[in-house]
Parts: sequence; C-alpha cells; structure tokens
Amino acid sequence: MGSVYQLKRVDFIFKDEKDWKVILKNSISRPAHELINELISSELKGRGGAGFPTGLKWKLTAEENDLVKYVICNADEGEPGTFKDREILSKVPLKVLTSMAVCGHVIRSNTGYIYLRGEYFFLQKDLNKAISEFEEYCREINFDFSIRIFMGSGAYICGEETALFESMEGKRGEPRNKPPFPSSYGYMGKPTVINNVETLAHTYTIFEYGAKRFYDLGVQYSRGSKLFSVSGDTPKPGIYELELGMSLFDFVEEFGDGDTKAVQVGGASGFLVPRKRFNETTIGFQGKLTGISLPTGGSMMLFNSSRSMYNVLDNYLEFFREESCGQCTPCRVGCQQLLNGIKAVKRGDKNAQYLDKLLRLTETMQNTAKCGLGQSVANSFSAIVENFREEMIY
Amino acid sequence: MYPVSELIKNLADQHGRARHNLLPILQGVVEQERFLSEYSMIEIARELDLPASEVYGTATFYSFLEYKKMGKYVIRICKTITCSMKGKNQIIKTIEDMLKINVGETSPDGNFSLLQTNCLGFCHKAPAMLINYDVYTDLTPERVREILTGYINKKERED
Amino acid sequence: MAKKVKITINEVAVEIEAGTSILDAARQTGVIIPTLCYHKDLCVAGNCRVCVVEIVGQKRLSAACATPCEEGMDILTNSFKVRNSRKHIIELLLSEHNADCTRCYKNGNCELQKLASDYKIMTQDFIRLVPYKNYTIDQYSPSIIKDDSKCIRCQRCVRTCEELQGVNALTVAYKGDHMKISTFFEKPMNDVICTNCGQCINHCPTGALVERNYIEEVWEAIADKSVHVIVQTAPAVRIGLGEELGFPVGSRVTGKMVAALKRLGFDAVMDTDFSADLTIMEEGTELMVRLKKVLEDHDPTIMLPMATSCSPGWIKYIEHMYPGYLGHLSTCKSPQQMFGALAKTYYAKQRGLDPEKIVSVSIMPCTAKKFESNRPEMHDSGYRDVDYVLTTRELAIMIKQAGIDFMKLEDRPFDSLMGESTGAAVIFGATGGVMEAALRTVYELVTGREIPFENLNITPVRGMEGIKEASVKIESPLEQWAFLDGVELKCAVAHGLINAKTVMDSIAAGTSQYHFIEFMACPGGCLGGGGQPIPTNPEIRRKRAEAIYAEDEGMKLRKSHLNPEILKIYNDFLLKPMGVKSHDLLHTKYTARARF
Repeated sequence: MGSVYQLKRVDFIFKDEKDWKVILKNSISRPAHELINELISSELKGRGGAGFPTGLKWKLTAEENDLVKYVICNADEGEPGTFKDREILSKVPLKVLTSMAVCGHVIRSNTGYIYLRGEYFFLQKDLNKAISEFEEYCREINFDFSIRIFMGSGAYICGEETALFESMEGKRGEPRNKPPFPSSYGYMGKPTVINNVETLAHTYTIFEYGAKRFYDLGVQYSRGSKLFSVSGDTPKPGIYELELGMSLFDFVEEFGDGDTKAVQVGGASGFLVPRKRFNETTIGFQGKLTGISLPTGGSMMLFNSSRSMYNVLDNYLEFFREESCGQCTPCRVGCQQLLNGIKAVKRGDKNAQYLDKLLRLTETMQNTAKCGLGQSVANSFSAIVENFREEMIY
Repeated sequence: MYPVSELIKNLADQHGRARHNLLPILQGVVEQERFLSEYSMIEIARELDLPASEVYGTATFYSFLEYKKMGKYVIRICKTITCSMKGKNQIIKTIEDMLKINVGETSPDGNFSLLQTNCLGFCHKAPAMLINYDVYTDLTPERVREILTGYINKKERED
Repeated sequence: MAKKVKITINEVAVEIEAGTSILDAARQTGVIIPTLCYHKDLCVAGNCRVCVVEIVGQKRLSAACATPCEEGMDILTNSFKVRNSRKHIIELLLSEHNADCTRCYKNGNCELQKLASDYKIMTQDFIRLVPYKNYTIDQYSPSIIKDDSKCIRCQRCVRTCEELQGVNALTVAYKGDHMKISTFFEKPMNDVICTNCGQCINHCPTGALVERNYIEEVWEAIADKSVHVIVQTAPAVRIGLGEELGFPVGSRVTGKMVAALKRLGFDAVMDTDFSADLTIMEEGTELMVRLKKVLEDHDPTIMLPMATSCSPGWIKYIEHMYPGYLGHLSTCKSPQQMFGALAKTYYAKQRGLDPEKIVSVSIMPCTAKKFESNRPEMHDSGYRDVDYVLTTRELAIMIKQAGIDFMKLEDRPFDSLMGESTGAAVIFGATGGVMEAALRTVYELVTGREIPFENLNITPVRGMEGIKEASVKIESPLEQWAFLDGVELKCAVAHGLINAKTVMDSIAAGTSQYHFIEFMACPGGCLGGGGQPIPTNPEIRRKRAEAIYAEDEGMKLRKSHLNPEILKIYNDFLLKPMGVKSHDLLHTKYTARARF
C-alpha cells in the first residue's frame, strides 16, 4: 500500500538566518524583473491557503504606477489548527523582514507592516527587536525601508486580506468587494502586496538558493516545501516542513496514532478527509493530478475513532458563526442555520432529510458569500455530513 | 483630568489622530484598563474627531476589545477544536471551582475574569489559555491550579 | 467618450460603458435584478447577495451591484443556479426576520415582503432565528421606532446616516451572529445624536425603522366633538401624497389633499404655507436687522452668516455638532411651530374658540417635526403649540382607512385666516426654496424693486447640487437701507446634513463669506424628507421638485409680503415683523447639546 510519493522532510524554513544581510544586499542590487522572474519560475504559491502565485502578485503590484505602495506581512494566523507562522516569526524573523524589504525593492515601496494577531501579543517585543536590528542595517546600506507591527485584536476574519486592510485603517474588519484587488487597491487604497508569513520565508529560501532548488521540491503544480501544523490525535504534534505532494496515507502513517478516522486538512475552513479517502488524497494545490489534491495553509488535524464527528462539526460551526464578520447574508445567517440545523437534527426536532437541505445551503454559501470565510464553510460541512451522516442523526 | 483621559491623550500623541490610528489607541486603553468604558470611548471619539458610534461599532467587532468591565487578570480559555478535544471543559470547571465564577463573569474582588476565546494557535499544546497576554499551554487541572495560585499570590503580594 | 465593453446579458449582446456595474448594465437593457442592500442614494455595499448573477466560466456567483462589467462577460441573471441561490438567500433573510407581516407597519411597502412574494417563498424550512435573539423595540423617540427583529442588516440606514447626513447616529456593531445595527452603546435613539431626520426610515427596506405614528390619537381627536381639530399641511406634502394614493411621481394634489382632509373630519384645513410666508416676513426682517447691526453698527455680538431655522433635523444637528455656533441661527421658529403658536392664539381669538379645546395637527414630510413639536419650549401659546405631527405617509394611511377614493375627489380650497399662501411659500418644500422666497421679499423691501431674475425664478439656488451659491448685488436701495448700497448679498444653500457639515466647517474655519445660508436636513429639502413616500431616490426627488416649481408658477401671488392674510395678521394681531408679539410667539431659542 502507499502511493508512489513518500513523505519527505526538508529543512529550509528554520535553517539559520545568519546570512540575511548578504541576501538582502544581493537581492536589492538585482533588477526587479529578475527577482520577479525568479519567483515566477520557482512556482511558489501563497502559503496562507489560497495559493495565489507569489511572483505574479509581486509583478502585478510592481506594474502599478502609484508613488505610495505597501508591503504587508499577514501574520493574522487564526485558522484553527495553524500555528506555524508564530514559530517562523519567533525563530527566523529576519528572513521574513528581509523578504518584505526585497518585495519593497521590487514594487518600489518603502513601507512594510506586519499584521500580527492579538493572540500573539507576546511576540511583539522580540519581533520589534528584530525589526530595529533590521532597520539599522537598512540605514547602513542606505536602503529606505521601514517595518511596523500592527496588532490585531481578536478577529479571525482579519486574516482575509481586504478585511485586514480595513482593520489596519481603523475600521471593522469586513472584507471588501473584489474587484478591485489588493495589487491595485489595497491598504489605504494603494497598491499592496500582502503575503503570508510562510510565503515570505520561502521567498527568502528562493533568494538564497535560487528558484531551482525550490522548484525541485514537491510535485507538478505544488512546488516546494511547506510547513505543517500537526495537531489532534497524534503522538507527535508540532510543526514539520515537508515537501508538497505527499499522499495523505503516508502522512497518517507518519503522524497518526494507528486509529486515525479522519484528517482535517487546512483547518476548519479546509477539507475533512475520511479514512477511506486517505489513499487517493494528496496534499498540494489543485492541478491535473490524479485523485484529489487538497490545498492547505498547513493545518493538519487528526481525529481518531474516539471522536464524534458531530462534535467536531458543531465546534467548527460555532467558530464560524462567531467569527463571520456578519455583513453578508449567506455567511451570517447561513452559519447560524447550519449550526442550529445540525443541533435540531441531533435532537430529532428535524428529520434526517433536513441535512440535505443544509447541504444545498452550503452550496449557496459557497456560490454567493462575499469572501472566503462564507464560501469555505461548505468544505468541512459537506465532508462531515456526507461521510459521517450516521453520527449526525440521533 | 481623569487618568483615562490622560492616557487617551498620550496614546493619541503617540500613535496619531487619524482613523487608522484607532485600533492601537483602543488596544492601548484595554492594555491599561482591561476594557473600554463608555467614557473611554467618548474620549477616544473626541480625541480623534470620530463619531462615538463608529468607535463603538469598531470596538465591538474585536473580541479582545472588551466593552464590559473586566478583572485585573482576564483568563481566556481556547475553546476551538483541539483544545476542546483535549479537555478544555475540565480546565474551565477547575477555574470556575477555584475562583467561584462562571464563564463570562468577573470575581467579586475584581481580580479575575473568565472568558472563552477562539483558536489561540497552540493546538499542538492543547489545551491552552491566555492570562492577559501570557500564554499557558498543555494545561491540566493541576497545572491550572498552580498557575492561578501563582496569580493569586502575586496579587496578594502587590496588595 | 468613455470606453465601451461588449458583454452579453441573458444571451443578448450589448455594449456598455466600461466600469458600469452588472446591475446597471442589466437595468439599461431591460433586465431586472432584485436588490435589497442597494440604494441609488448610497455607496455600494454588496452585502445582501440577493442580486447575485452567474458569469459563465466562473465557479462562484457575483453580486451584480458590486461587479463592474468587463469585456466579454457572459452574464446570466436567471440561471438555475442563480434562481436557487437567490431563493435560498431570501429564505435565509426571512429566517432571521420577524416576518409578522400582518402586524407590521410596513405591511404592503416592504422590499423583503415583495421579494418573498415574487419568489413565492411558501415554506419555512429553515429554523426561525428570531426567538434566539433578545430583541427589544426602541420606542423612546417621538419620531423613530427601531425594531431590530425586523432588521435584515443591509446597512442602508447606517450608510444613509453616514453618507447623506454625516450624523453617524447608527453604526454596525458586533460581528457574526451578534452583528446588528446599533447606536452608541445601544442607547435609545432619543439619547444619541440622532437628528430625527427620518432618512433612515426612508431608506429602510423593511419595518425595522419606522416613524412613530400618531394616527389613532388623531382619529380620537377627530371623534371628540368637544374639541376643534385644525390641521396644517406642509408645502412638500401636496407634491408627495399622490404617490401613496395611485398618482404618478411628481403629481400635484393640493386640492384633493384639502378635500380629503375635510372628509376625514378636520374642523379646519389650513396651510403651513401661510406660516411659511410669515417666516419670510420674520426671517427676512431679521436678516435685514442683522445686516444693519453688523455692517452699519458693527455690533460684534451679532453673527453672520445667518442660518435658516425651518428644518428641525438641521436644528438638532447644529445643536449637537456645532453648539458654539447657535448664534448663527435665525431665531424664527419653523413654519409648523409658528402656525401652532398662532392657532391657539390668533386663530382661537378670531374664531372665538377656547384654545384649550383646540387640537392642532400638522401634516409634514418630516419625522423631525414630531420631535420639534415635542420640544419643551414649543408652548408659547400657553398650550402645546402643535399636538400631533403626521407624516405624508401617515396621512395617506388615514385616507385609505377612511375609504376615500382619492383619485375621484374634487379639489377644495384651504379654509381662510391661515390658509392663504404664495408661490414663495410653496417652494419652501424644495432645497433653495426658502432662500429664493427670502430673496424675492428682502430685495424688494430693501430696494422697492422686484428682484432682477427672469419671472422671479432665482435659478442658481435651484437644483440638486449639494451646496449652491448665489449673490445679489443691492443697488440704490431705499433710504432706510442706504448702508446696503453696493453690497453683494452672498447666499448659500445646503441640503443633506453632510453638505451642511461642509458649510459649517467653513464657517468654523472663518473662511465663509456668506451673509445668509439656507440649511435643510434632507437631501432635496423637504420634498425628500424622512416622512415622504417610500421610495425616495434622486429621480423621484427631481420630479417632486419640478412639481413644486410648477405649483409656484401657477400661483397668483409669488411673493410672501403680498399674501393678504399675512398683511391682515400684521394689521390685526402681530403689528410688525420682529415685534413684541412676534418675539413671544414666533421666535425661539436653541439648546447646546453634547456631540459625543
């Protein structure tokens, strides 16, 4: 048993950052288009979960003509089961800062922000220390780039990039209508590159070792390595850097407790895979691969057979009901209906067929919600209800 | 001048008085006062020349910007999936028994408030909690009792 | 010429100006897409999701209001997927909504109800969420009732309060399932900076925000044979009322309105237009006195520009927002309150009635007038000057309740004593109207000549521009006003409180050069008032304004100082403008209020 692809641990992200000055200096002496091409040829895709090609993001923003632009590092790591960004920021912050500055060089911006979730307040002090050291070096080499931390205050939705901008502008973190996209209209209405912490750490790797080294890792459509936050019913919870494209079966072999019933890939907004699908599921971005390929921001939660999937879903839905920004109908009301709905079915107040009505509702949420939050509730809901239907009913 | 007005003025001096400075100022007040009173919000609105309703609407969006009076130590227990699986309810029970308050309440001496919160990002060390800004992980009822005893003693030493 | 893009909507190829929203493009091509959170007066929110459409090739649906057309888009507004999703969304909204339609004030004029009807939502599969929430109805305001259980969170009211009015009494608070429309700390509307303008009511698609109605109280008064019930009607009512009763927008129904009021059983039907003319006499005189004190006597205590005081929403706004500038306000009461004070004094005396037995009702395009009539200082007659204020909408309800076939009514004239008016009074109902009426009179009183505008139409102060300016040079005035010779009288008009804010900020900054400014709380002036028929939008306001100016042109008299009943009241009762009696009955003072 087992797929062709084996689990491969790699060690780039947490490898020491002692060369950051060299990498910064070398990178900013290279022309912007060269750096963009490097990123594009690495095929690095955003590590926050959505998977937008990073090189293209930088390119689009670089092409905008505004005098004021911003580089923002999204450290609003709020997806349940994700905790890798914190580790990056506490262990190798200078990699992230370096990449932000290089991005500033590429898009012609001298202002960077790190949007740090309120829960990570304790990181602030050390991170500020790293920023001071970094900025001092920038001054030394006459490179104009400043970085400020912007603290969040406990709102999951602010991880959505346009909600994050709103939040930084001092408003409620409500996602905007798109278009326009951040590359032309971001923070303060200015062209903005917004990258996840890990994405920036990978760009550092690419600038350090070249695109090929990164490209050679992983599989087609899913190049490079990725940090995985492993939690739940596992004997070895923690953070692991693995090549993309592994099979979920191999992953469970490695991290499961021998009784794994299901794996939640990509956090509450991600996908739940039941045991019978481990073999045909790979972890990576959607492509023309055979079988199912699941993107993830890195959250891998394992559930063993002692867990009730009803309770798992109940917990997710309560999370979404509270963390929805509340502005759009499908997400605000939909989340309430889903949660109340499964409770009603469990109590027997609604019959089992009501679950089908709720499944159709999640389709509507997926089709019509304003942002990724409302759109993605369907993912785990349908997987749990379809695969563990009997657990949902009395 | 009330001390909180002074605080707000200083925060505004430090961060600026534009709309995009609102969150750091709200956070600064909460850091000091543990919550945003009606009075604080009005003072912030005045200082930033914003409608008071906007300050209120923005503050209530963020879970950490409490608008009800909080204790000196705000305990936030993570209730999201992994922490929930790994026994956060026992942790809550332990704290409720020890402090004689329920979730959502503040102890009569004003020292502790007990809240639940969404994912703290310590799923690999579940269950986890925050006390003000400090994280405690791999909690067990015994460990929680120890931690809280530490806070209670610390409080007594300060008094 | 703007760039065009080629798109197809429901398989029909069209060329549309680039940047046009799918919603507008569809409307231009005769395709109706339902909306809820969308309103022509407001910025696009894209939050209700009712207007979703399918763009072929895209997995997800797009909100038509918030998505600009792009070259080659193939748009379906009625595909299977769209219809199902839309129906779902309406069902979701209904599940969160207190759909107690038969007991709702907005029954019959509710956008959600209409959608539910159009899409035939016959079942209630989803769980009703209303019982899970702890709703209370805020009914402490004399003007506005806010019922969150009927709110669909479209935020139209919040955007109205912010974008049109710059008041921000309403905001969005909390998130997730707790997200709601709230005031500061969820205080009653009456305890916050709400101006009672009622624009939120006018923009609310459901019954979440409605006027506090006094219909039953008025029926009761009419039924009480021991009291004499008199009614006054504001200028903008006569050009709005028809919309509620089957007439097209912009219909003038003055005579039918009077006939209907008489049928309803009011003992006397008179006109706020009379007191609008009176306002011009008082306010015009006040302006001339102020000009004299400033320009000739150099009295530092007198403030210019002088600001009009007819609009109670504006009054409450300036009391909250610019309490240090109340000295700029004319001391004149609004026409409603002038009428009220005279009804229980002058009118009572002339008719030999006991003022205690008079019930004074007014029909207003306005909800702030309800608050105004409630102000403690509005008792100068010795009684409450105006007992009940009804909106245009409430009057329409009474007419329907009474079974009056409004269309078939014969026109009737107002009753005398306080029923005569001029075209100058009629135009009070439109933005710029008070200014125009004042200029017609002031110029003539100062110079002895008619104001030099063709056919008396002072067009610079007309129209829907947010802030308008006009200046009139005074040459060879009468001897008494010699100090005004050569003075360029500078005037401005602002409507919609967001525009009032701009003007007030310039006054506060000391950069304002004006002598006289007209302020109206509502966009378009009273014709777009918070008590006017729903919907009100830019096109409807334009048509109502046309009707107002047509009404003016059709009047025999078009200058306030020529109104014979005005001449009579000064002769018999008030003696002179700004005189002792006027001071007692027609002028008022203001209250500084907290801004936060």
